[in-house]
Amino acid sequence: MNSRERILGRVRRALADVPDDARPYEEAVARDYLREHGQRSVARTVDLLAENLADYRALVHRCTDGELPELVARLLAAHGSGSVVVPPGLPTGWLRAVDATLVQDSAASTAPELDRVDSVVTGCAVAVAETGTIVLDGSPDQGRRRITLVPDHHVCVVRVPGQVVSSVPEALERLDPARPLTWISGPSATSDIELDRVEGVHGPRTLEVVLLSGS
Amino acid sequence: MSGTFVGMPAFPVAARQAVGNETLRGNLRHATHTIRDKRARAVAELDDWAALREAGKQIKDHTLRHLDRYLVQVEEAVTAAGGTVHWAADADEANEIVARLVEETGESEVVKVKSMATQEIALNEALEARGIHAYETDLAELIVQLGKDRPSHILVPAIHRNRGEIRDIFRSEMSEWGRPAPEGLTDTPAELAEAARLHLREKFLRAKVGISGANFVVAETGTLVVVESEGNGRMCLTLPETLISVVGIEKIVPRWQDLEVFLQTLPRSSTAERMNPYTSMWTGTTGEDGPRTFHLVLLDNGRTDTLADEVGRQALRCIRCSACLNVCPVYERAGGHAYGSVYPGPIGAILSPQLRGTKSEIDASLPYASSLCGACYEVCPVAIDIPEVLVHLRERVVQGGPAVRGGNRVVLKPAKGHAAERAAMRAAQWAFTHPGALRTGQRLASRTRRLHPRTLPGPGRAWSGTRDLPAVPAEPFRDWWQRTRGGKDGAK
Ligand code: SF4
Repeated sequence: MNSRERILGRVRRALADVPDDARPYEEAVARDYLREHGQRSVARTVDLLAENLADYRALVHRCTDGELPELVARLLAAHGSGSVVVPPGLPTGWLRAVDATLVQDSAASTAPELDRVDSVVTGCAVAVAETGTIVLDGSPDQGRRRITLVPDHHVCVVRVPGQVVSSVPEALERLDPARPLTWISGPSATSDIELDRVEGVHGPRTLEVVLLSGS
Repeated sequence: MSGTFVGMPAFPVAARQAVGNETLRGNLRHATHTIRDKRARAVAELDDWAALREAGKQIKDHTLRHLDRYLVQVEEAVTAAGGTVHWAADADEANEIVARLVEETGESEVVKVKSMATQEIALNEALEARGIHAYETDLAELIVQLGKDRPSHILVPAIHRNRGEIRDIFRSEMSEWGRPAPEGLTDTPAELAEAARLHLREKFLRAKVGISGANFVVAETGTLVVVESEGNGRMCLTLPETLISVVGIEKIVPRWQDLEVFLQTLPRSSTAERMNPYTSMWTGTTGEDGPRTFHLVLLDNGRTDTLADEVGRQALRCIRCSACLNVCPVYERAGGHAYGSVYPGPIGAILSPQLRGTKSEIDASLPYASSLCGACYEVCPVAIDIPEVLVHLRERVVQGGPAVRGGNRVVLKPAKGHAAERAAMRAAQWAFTHPGALRTGQRLASRTRRLHPRTLPGPGRAWSGTRDLPAVPAEPFRDWWQRTRGGKDGAK
């Protein structure tokens, strides 16, 4: 008997004493928790996102479509970035005003190459106001998971209010589990040394989130 | 579960040593109280906490009730998404599978995400024996590994170390394993973290094989979820060409939607955050993005034995948040090492003796490593009644009885060294069935209470050696009740 059969057999014998529970999954779990916490206007939800992002030490900026290229250029310059990695489907206009060298991500680029790049600019899939979280799903404007991990500076553009949801349940509804997903709440952090919080052990040490509203 | 920590004494002995260690107690007290207070605030933000907790409990119970079905579903979904599924009945088999998979890649180095399951099966040691070096990449795990130490907390495994000790470990050990600690390294947390960043980055950038566990596996989609803070998890999950995840069979949740419960309760219960900095979710492999090869090893190792125990099976609901450790007065004083297992604290006290059986002295002593104050049950986000299981296991240790070990029904003998408890239980049973004798005995005890010794003589010494004897009240409860009718007469 192989281990698969052995384990499945043990599970079935272990449950032999339990009265048969034919209730389907839908009835077995009472979902009387909330879909979102509190009633908010759309504008207030965006504000809450900004507050919670900042509370986790992300740097938050707001701008309109027209202002975005200048803002992105300014953020990269202020960080002293000489190079920036670009996901294949990033709207071309976003980096119009940028001075730094643009590095197109490709499957051929290696991790050590990425390690020499200073910044990355991406879009996002959805942002969660109640937790201050942005979620990336590997769409063309976000690129592969590694490009938002290895460089030390991440600028993430969130379209508001379109990409903002209130809560974790609402976010999951919008996401496709078949895609590789990364949920980011503030920059990388550790509290392993006497519970003192230190930012950026391995991921980007600086996370800047731009809340972009249509002009 | 592979054996206990080597040479580990039983809990009371280990705990007595730990309680005498001032530094350890100071580090622990500071840490547990900080997390505990923050956690209470984070939980208070959600006014539906009780409903989330109940839903979490029901989802897990439902999954366990139909675990055979969900295991098969996981296998189908992961395979359909481009992964390969392996089944491991015990630690040896899991280690063998992982070692073989690594050898097939031709590599002799792997990077690891912090994972309780791989610690439980002592994977690093097994790989080392086959000439494969496994690097822990979580900062705390790195501290533990470099210090040739044992983890002492589920979430912050190096919680027993302070910054000075960590600096000394980095200075003396880092060069053995790769990039040495920077010259003049001080003990500020920021500098220590930077030293770890540089040391580990070297390893991430060249790693070809990553090994992880998972916090959740979604049966309907085959999605695995890893919750972390530092980004070392993301590094190990996305940079290598091959990813091997070793996951206990109790980590399954049926549907994608179920994550909405646990992604709300887990971060708040564990690090007291609204959300942990990074969560990675992957479903099989995805073309150019991340590993090209993905293996999932489904691990039993005592879990089906635990599932067979009507009272004890609820321990399999655990999502390893560690909230129960931080509120436990026994853990706070004794520290994690005293539990002699990768699962310390209240959850360890009920999980280890079930996964490993109660043959060893330490496992037989674990159900006693508690004051039964109930704080662990109060904070548990999946409502595991830890005190109930503790009492159940105590009875098992003392009296023996039917159980399942290695998939077989067995009748356990009473554990050695618990003769005193057994005698006391029998005496108690006799007294409770002979109310007259009980009444007389209680009155006698009350009247003579000033004469009572602090420790018991004879066979009772083993029992009182690890406990302070309770003070006997001035008047037996029965007499007080008869005199006052439960205080209704106004008399005290
Ligand atoms: S038993 Fe409950 S409180 Fe303790 S680690 Fe597990 S889920 Fe958390």
